[in-house]
Amino acid sequence: MKFGVVTFPGSNCDYDAYAAVRHVVGEDVEFLWHKSNDLMNSDVIILPGGFTYGDYLRSGAIAKFSPIMESIIKFANSGGKVIGICNGFQVLTESGLLPGALIRNSHLRFSCKYIYLQVENNETVFTSACKKGDVLKIPIAHGEGNYYNFDGDIKTLENNNQIVFRYCDENGIINDQSNPNGSIHNIAGIMNKEGNVLGMMPHPERAVEKLLGSTDGLKLFESLQMEFSKNIDRRVV
Amino acid sequence: MSNKKTVYVRLKDGVLDPQGVTINKSLKQMGYDDFISVRFGKFFELEIKDDATDIDRKVNEVCEKLLSNPVIENFTVEKN
Repeated sequence: MKFGVVTFPGSNCDYDAYAAVRHVVGEDVEFLWHKSNDLMNSDVIILPGGFTYGDYLRSGAIAKFSPIMESIIKFANSGGKVIGICNGFQVLTESGLLPGALIRNSHLRFSCKYIYLQVENNETVFTSACKKGDVLKIPIAHGEGNYYNFDGDIKTLENNNQIVFRYCDENGIINDQSNPNGSIHNIAGIMNKEGNVLGMMPHPERAVEKLLGSTDGLKLFESLQMEFSKNIDRRVV
Repeated sequence: MSNKKTVYVRLKDGVLDPQGVTINKSLKQMGYDDFISVRFGKFFELEIKDDATDIDRKVNEVCEKLLSNPVIENFTVEKN
């Protein structure tokens, strides 16, 4: 299984994602340059955190027109697995691959700290190594992670089980105190209806070694590994 | 003589505007308590070439594609 990590001008978590996949998870990984349209036969695309194009205009707004995004939109629309982390999540909403928008944190500050996430949907290719209700400790680092969507669209997300993670406290309590940025209904990560595109503000690639304070981010990578080994088994049979 | 269009981008009604809320709080602290709310927005000035064609359509297109995020924002175009 091979990951592709996109480097946009202003990406700054691309090396973190690359290192997590190559040196900790132990899978093949390649950088994908924003001006190229070649996904290098990647099975999973990671849109990393950072400040693409300086976050000018709106976070993620300019990145959606880069050549690599054209290929990624096609890849996603034909079922390819895509994860957008932090700024990558903003790129996914701006590109229309995920619904809603990420606006300024309600307290207006940049927030960089460990938070807790509850796994609301574990029946996804990204979270199958978790149990429903698991509490993961993963860091956030953003100024515009306040997920917004209209009531009707939130209902649709809920009805389709598209809400994958919500902010909670370490005991799994989801309330205003455990919401670090004002996101509506504590939403921290969502996927598309088809289940192949995930966007999340927290950084799983920064929580892959004990030294970093948590290894909970590995669950996402392990879930994908399980998914792809299942597919390989099927192919062999 | 240059030909310009001004584009105003505003958050849709009901979309939370943390910046507007904070600005209004600051106004209150300064002693200006006459304002019910403040909404923060953007404007763009587009300077247009003399030989441009079909420009109204193109301006609308760039507003929809880039200058605004139609999920949370509305735009209006003003001719200068």
